[in-house]
Amino acid sequence: MSEVIVITSGKGGVGKTTTSANIGTGLAALGKKVVLIDTDIGLRNLDVVMGLENRIVYNLVDVIEGTCRIKQALIKDKRYPGLFLMPSAQTRDKTAVTPGQMIKMISFLRDQFDFIILDCPAGIEQGFQNAIAAADHAVIVTTPEVSAIRDADRVIGLLEAHEIAKMECIVNRVRPEMVRRGNMMSVDDVIDILALPLLGAVPDDENVVIATNQGEPLVGTATMAGRAYRNICARLVGEDVPLLNFDSGRHVLSKLSGVFRKSQGAKL
Amino acid sequence: MRILFRHKKTRTIAKGRLKILLISDRVNCSPQMMELLKNDISKVISKYMKIDEQQMEVQIGQTDGNGRRSERKPVLYINMPILEIGKHGIS
Repeated sequence: MSEVIVITSGKGGVGKTTTSANIGTGLAALGKKVVLIDTDIGLRNLDVVMGLENRIVYNLVDVIEGTCRIKQALIKDKRYPGLFLMPSAQTRDKTAVTPGQMIKMISFLRDQFDFIILDCPAGIEQGFQNAIAAADHAVIVTTPEVSAIRDADRVIGLLEAHEIAKMECIVNRVRPEMVRRGNMMSVDDVIDILALPLLGAVPDDENVVIATNQGEPLVGTATMAGRAYRNICARLVGEDVPLLNFDSGRHVLSKLSGVFRKSQGAKL
Repeated sequence: MRILFRHKKTRTIAKGRLKILLISDRVNCSPQMMELLKNDISKVISKYMKIDEQQMEVQIGQTDGNGRRSERKPVLYINMPILEIGKHGIS
């Protein structure tokens, strides 16, 4: 049974591409066969976050237009045996693809992969419609900021109208210290407002920038964000991993490392 | 210094602003329509009792739906202070 997951947010810059890269890589590290599809036509970025930008020959639009076979556009990631990337086209625009064509292409991929991860463009126009067309499951990425949450709520409304049965959210860039001082909404505040199940919370971690600089997703590394992404992947394959508690008490960091130590034996 | 005297945490301010903002986003109800609704309601109620139209509030809110999004329902809140009751009593 394959699962098609769209990573979306409405607002740009909240971490959709980083989340897609880390979820895809993390699932592959758990032994799953995964294809990451960058659906942001004209503004492709998943390739650079994955460090695969030098290996692109064909892209999503080539597949849709029949210029190449699906297999030719899939870049095999050498880090994990089951990980593939289908890059987007950089010199075309969103009108090059329709939702119907996406559904058709993804139905071919369903036979070959356990997970199909779609990195959605920002906004709610055609690029968004293309990305959600074939999705079984939507992961909404937001940050604890008013603008990001407002856009997330709008996107959730559109996904509901599209009858996507399963929706979960990731609260990204949480700063526990600011939450503790009362200057940032907590993960619970965000969940309370959006009323969606929480897939995971990712702390604001400078290692994300360092990882992106190198084109190496940090999922599974000993960093805070790396551990948070690993937990998210474990939840996606059905493991019951407790949510990290960011906003309780003073010694958040030491508490977190305690939680991590306990769950380190898990997988990955 | 100003920060020392700021009572409300910005976390609480953000949450409060969002709750109101999202309700109007979700319901998609224009201020003009709300004004018309307010006028009509005050006309109807004025037949039966004297109300303070200046202090009257009409607002769309939401039930919490036990934390589940699909079970949330919009609710119309009307707050109208009564100035006199009985004088115009239902005949």
